[in-house]
This record gives sequence, structure tokens and C-alpha cells, in this order.
Amino acid sequence: MDWTTILLLLDSTLRTASPLLLACLAGLFSERAGIFDIGLEGKMLVSAFLAAGFAYATGSAWLGLLVGIAGALLLSAVHGLASITFRGNQLISGVAINFLAAGLTVVIAERWFRQGGRTPQLDSGSRFTEITLPLAETIRPVPVLGPIYAQVVSGHTILVYAALLAVPLSWWVLFRTRFGLRLRAVGENPAAVDTAGVSVARLRYAAVAIAGLLCGIAGAQLSTAEPAAGFVRDMTAGRGYIALAALIFAKWRPWAALWACLLFGFFQALEARPDIFVRLFDLRVPSALLSALPYVLTVIILAGFVGRAIPPRAGGQPYVKER
Amino acid sequence: MPDPVPAIELRGISKAFGPVQANKDISLRVMPGTIHGIIGENGAGKSTLMSILYGFYRADRGEILINGRPTAIPDSQAAIRAGIGMVFQHFKLVENFTVLENVILGVEDGPLLRPSLAKARAELKALAEEYELEVDPDAIIEDIGVGLQQRVEILKALYRKADILILDEPTGVLTPAEADHLFRILRNLQAQGKTIILITHKLREIMEITDRVSVMRRGEMVAHFRTAETSPPELAEAMVGRKVLLEVDKTPARPGAPVLEVENLRVVDAKGVERLRGISFRLHAGEILGIAGVAGNGQSELLEVLGGTMKATGSVRLKGQALDISGNALGRARRDSGIAHVPEDRQTRGLILDFAAWENVALGYHHRPAYGSGTRLDLAAMQADARDKMQRFDVRPPDPFLAAKSFSGGNQQKIVVAREIESAPDLLLIGQPTRGVDIGAIEFIHKQIVSLRDRGCAILLVSVELDEILSLSDRIAVMFDGRIMGEREAARTDARELGLLMAGVADTAAGRAA
Repeated sequence: MDWTTILLLLDSTLRTASPLLLACLAGLFSERAGIFDIGLEGKMLVSAFLAAGFAYATGSAWLGLLVGIAGALLLSAVHGLASITFRGNQLISGVAINFLAAGLTVVIAERWFRQGGRTPQLDSGSRFTEITLPLAETIRPVPVLGPIYAQVVSGHTILVYAALLAVPLSWWVLFRTRFGLRLRAVGENPAAVDTAGVSVARLRYAAVAIAGLLCGIAGAQLSTAEPAAGFVRDMTAGRGYIALAALIFAKWRPWAALWACLLFGFFQALEARPDIFVRLFDLRVPSALLSALPYVLTVIILAGFVGRAIPPRAGGQPYVKER
Repeated sequence: MPDPVPAIELRGISKAFGPVQANKDISLRVMPGTIHGIIGENGAGKSTLMSILYGFYRADRGEILINGRPTAIPDSQAAIRAGIGMVFQHFKLVENFTVLENVILGVEDGPLLRPSLAKARAELKALAEEYELEVDPDAIIEDIGVGLQQRVEILKALYRKADILILDEPTGVLTPAEADHLFRILRNLQAQGKTIILITHKLREIMEITDRVSVMRRGEMVAHFRTAETSPPELAEAMVGRKVLLEVDKTPARPGAPVLEVENLRVVDAKGVERLRGISFRLHAGEILGIAGVAGNGQSELLEVLGGTMKATGSVRLKGQALDISGNALGRARRDSGIAHVPEDRQTRGLILDFAAWENVALGYHHRPAYGSGTRLDLAAMQADARDKMQRFDVRPPDPFLAAKSFSGGNQQKIVVAREIESAPDLLLIGQPTRGVDIGAIEFIHKQIVSLRDRGCAILLVSVELDEILSLSDRIAVMFDGRIMGEREAARTDARELGLLMAGVADTAAGRAA
């Protein structure tokens, strides 16, 4: 395998990993606060649709992003209402959100654009374009580091960089701030937070809202950030679930989430390059099998390679004070 | 001299949970600088009352005065502001946080953690020195013992500048030595002018440490005493509403042939830790062997091995026959060989909470002829049988169609005890027979155990309540760290000697000390 192929592969790894990473961090905030979120998938999907639809309608990717985030936040609010205020089953609420998103996006898209449940193609003015980082061309001749910087690190949309920045930021918020301390506490033992005189519900809503925000960005990236150019039905394709798998793999830690998502992203990147297998192993791998690779990996990792992953102890349980 | 203003005064507090009236028109005055005991049976409403005072629940009616001023306590934050700190029976700690993080949770000094932690570290050091409350600030809660966890709870309250400290059943999880240390700390706090409310159901603790005591029964405050002017029988009578026999009335045992012979029993748990390290003992017919020890020293494992649900090595013989200790023994085989088992945790092991009482009374004995034949169950017979047993064992209400979860802890336990004792066993394994059970029911259950012994049954009693072990057992073995530290005739030992063994002081040393 030549150098250029490796660089291209890493480049697309970073791109495919970043929506996973955003969704994974969304799940991390939510689950660290004790709210399981199966609905990452649905929130991303709704945001992907709204972002593409509004970017097309207004001609502004940023407006699309905002509306996408708003849509994801709305679903977060529904999830919060069901699981925090009404103490319902968090898994069921999440699954309901996913079904709702899968159906609604297609129905509304069809009604709106009449293109078989997809949005029209976005032109480059109404989507996030790839940014060339400063000095990318200057450094390129430098051996090894130059091409890595110019090819892999540079040349992504702003949303990819946002996803990468979200990792240290999440770590800092969770482990260095008062809000983070309380948020982690509420996922472990909400009664401790309650008796300390802090509102359990408010903290959990905050966590669920952060999850909505991050899912919103992830969804917008799927449909409006280059090379994507519009929404197609079910375009999240299970990424919400893979993000949850990555979250468990990362044992609910932000930096580990980065590595886990890069791994999953790498396999998704491989999916698009069956030629690599031909060249490396002289093996024609059916594309269907390649597409299945990230999902197969998910199963294998969850089954055997996670080790002892201890989820937040109060995860999934509504907090009930009165008996 | 006129009475000083009470630190806490409650006037007409009422609180209902649905149809259950947990607190009825309660009034209470707690004087500053005193240790005030609140005693009552389980479900008498003590914890509810204190949770109201701490703002965890809101009273339906009534008034709270702190230092003479009417104070609204809508939430815990308000209670903390009013100078009230609470140590709950079930600690409210985040187990994978450090001591320091738990202490600052909710009272951080600003949005960033670093300065808050630094400040708390310094302050904790000062508090530790002042009150004998040493704890490593960087220790993770789940790595330290319950005694230390309790100290963290007290430190949390003091860090929040509490002047009034409420402790809910603080000694339930402690060894006698740890309890003594706790009482030293409480006296220290009292000497510094703090007011302390101690909730307990243990008469001994009330007599030992409090200045005054208030008694609750069925949601009402029924009596107030100066501790120096009352006695355990008087308090017990006030708690239960009738005269109670505090001592177990029993004749000396007349041990018969050995029923259970245990030799070199060893258990290694899933993490590879040895939980039983060579347990050997003999138990005879017509004898109660009490296993004393602080929770978690292998008693539960011993019961599980004998009950057939845990794998062990070594040998166990029941009436001379080898018993299957592979962990795969069928419960039915155990019962048919004459072993009855009242498990430590009645709610998860002893009962199916959603099933009706009559189903629970038959649980595990469905195959016996009295309940039907072949695949057919004689439901009418089962229900009649349950009604009969519930009446004889004084289960209240004696309604066989009520779900098990609807009974109080004491009555749930009576259902389990009725089922197991009535199976006419040769060997009864009984774990924590009176945990969460009120005094009236304790008296009844103890009587049943003794009368079963007198009918020739061998009884293995595991309890963390030393008083219970002492009053019920004929012989006592003390477990520590998976071993039996020593064995004593119940008539020839006392709490002090057993306490040393429970703390792991070797037999010879304890013998010398005694």
C-alpha cells in the first residue's frame, strides 16, 4: 500500500469519524447524567434532514445547522420529558424517537420537495465547504509531517474541527468544572445530589440538551458538509448505534471516545476502498461484506474486547424521591 | 432558670404518602447542645420526620422553628442554610468519587473545581483534627469501609457548617468498636456546642449516649423522657404500646446427635478472592449456633453454600450423608433432605414480591402432597393452608390474597419464617432473622426459633446484631475475614469479648483480654 493511499484513507477516516464522535460525546453527556439515549440516531437523522432542507431553502448552511440543532433539541426535550419528568422507560422513549425520526423525515421531505423522500442537491454555496488550514501548502514539501498536515489534518469542514475540539472541551467540562462534577454525580447517585440541595431534574435536562446540541451538529454534518450534498432517507445508517457502541468501548471517557470513533471511522473509510484489499491481499472482498464491516466490528468489540465496562450506576433509572 | 430556646421545635407536623399517614400531628422540642434520641419501631415515621426536617420531603401541615424562628424548609438547600446536616441510614455518597469531591458536591465555591478542592482539603484537615474525623481526602469512597464512609457523611455536614446534626440509624453497619468511636465523635461534637438528633431502634444506644429521648409509634409522638429518668423496659413499652419481653425466654439447650458437620469449607469468588478460608464446625440437634460478625466477613457465603447456591470445596455432612456443595444442588433436593432456609435478603431471595402471600407460603414446597398431586395444584388447599399459617404466625393483615410487597418488613419476614419452620426441618439456616423487623415481631420470631429448637431442630443463626446472637444462641462462633476466629458458650461470653473477635483480634489475645 502506497503512502498516498494511506493518507487518503486517514483523511476519510477523520471525516467519517467526526459525526460518530459528536454523537458519541452526546451519548456520553446524557449517560454520564444517568439518562440512556438510544435516540442519538433519530436526533441525528432529524437534524440531517432539517439542516439540508433549510440550507437548500435559505441558501445558508449555517441557518440549516441552526434549524437542525433546534430539531434535535426538540427531540431531546421530548426524551427529557418522558424520562425525567414523567419517569418513563428511557429505552422505549429513545426507540420511539428513532421510529418517529425515520418516518417523519421521509414523509415531510416527500411532501416538501417531491423527490422521493430526499432533499435536492445542495450547491457549494449552501453547504459547509472544506477549509485549507494556514500554511498547508507551505509545509507540504516537508517529509512525512508535511503531507500529513496538508492531506489529513487540513482540508476538512469546520464541523470536523468542531468535533475534534469537542473532545478536550468535554473532558474539561466533565472533570474540571462544578457542572461536570454534579453531572457525573447525578448519573452515579442522584440522591447524593438531591440531598446536597441541587436539582436532579435540572441537571439531567441540561445533559440531555447538550446531547441534543451535539447530535444536531452531527446530523448537519452528514447532510450539509462536503462531500455530502443533501439528505437521503435513513442516511444516518445506524451511526447512532455505532456511537453508542463506541461509547461503551470508550467506557464513557471523552479521550477514549475519540480513539474508539477513529477506529470505527477507519473501518467505514475502508468500506469505500475495496481496491485496497485487492492490492494488499489480492482479495476481492464483496462490497456488501465491506459495508457490514463496521457493524460486525461493533458486535465483536462489544462481545469480547471491552473488558469490564462499568456504566454510570444510576443509568436508565428515573429518580424517584417520594416512596 | 427559664428554659432556653429550643434549637429545633416542630409543631403539628403531618405527612401522608398516599393513604399511609407517616406522621400525624407531631410536636418535638430539641434543646441546643443536647443529644436527643428518637426511638421507634420500623415504620413508626422517624425517618420521614427527619427527612421533612432536612427538606427531603415536604410536610403536608405543620411548622418548623429553628432557634425560635419559624423557618420554611422546602428543600435540602434551605435545611443546609438553616444549619441542619443529615447522615442518612443509606449514605448519600457518590461511590466512585473521592472523599473530597463528595464533600464539596453542591457547595462548590464557583464554577471551577480546582479552588474548591483546595479549600476543602485545608478545611477537612482542620475538621479532622478537631473532631477525631481522620479520612484520606483522596480515597475513593467505594474503596473505604462503611465506618469511614459514615465519617465522610459527618464531614459533609460539618463542612456545610451544620450546627444541628441528624443521624439516622448510624450504628447499623458498624462494628462495636466503630460504634464506640462514633459515640466519642458525637460527644466531641456535643462538647463543641452542636445539637445532635440520633434516630435508632436500639434501646442500648439511647441509654448510652442521649440526654433526652422521644418515642414514636405508628406515625405519632407518644412520649418524651429524660434518659436518666427512664429504663429500657419503659421505652420498649412506649414503642410497642404493650409490655415486651426484651430477653429471650429459653431453657438451656439439650443438644442431641450432630446434624451438620462442616469441614474445611473454602469459597473463592469470581474475582479470585477467598471468601471462606477453611471453615469447620459441628451443629447438633436441638441447638442454636449463632454466627456473629460484621457484615461481609463470609457469613453470607456460608449460608449460600449450605443453601446450595454457591460452590465450595471441603466437606459438609448432613445427618452423616455428604451434602452436594458443587453449587448446582437443587433447592428441592436441599428441602427434601431436611434443610429449611430463611435467606438474609427476604425481598430478593425469600419472596416473590409481586406474588400473593398464599403463593409465597407454598414457594419451594409445591411438590409436597398437601398442595396437590402430579401437575395439578390444589389452589383451595394452598390458600387455606396459607390462611392457617398466617394466623398462627400472626401475619398482619392475615390476608393470603395480598401481594407480598404490600406487607411491612416484619410481616414479610413472618411469612418466610412460617413457610420454612412449618416445613418441619432437621436443620434451619436463618440469616438476619430480624433485620428491619420491629420489636413486637422480633419477640415473636425469636420465640418461634427457640420453640423449633426445643422440638429438636438444629439451627444455624447468622446475624450482624450482636444482641440477637447473644440472647438467642446456645453456642457462638465469630467470623472474621472468612475464618472462624473463636467459638464460645453463649452463657460464658459477653459483647466485649465477641466484639474483639469480630474485629479480628485473634482468639488467644481476646481470651487474655477477657
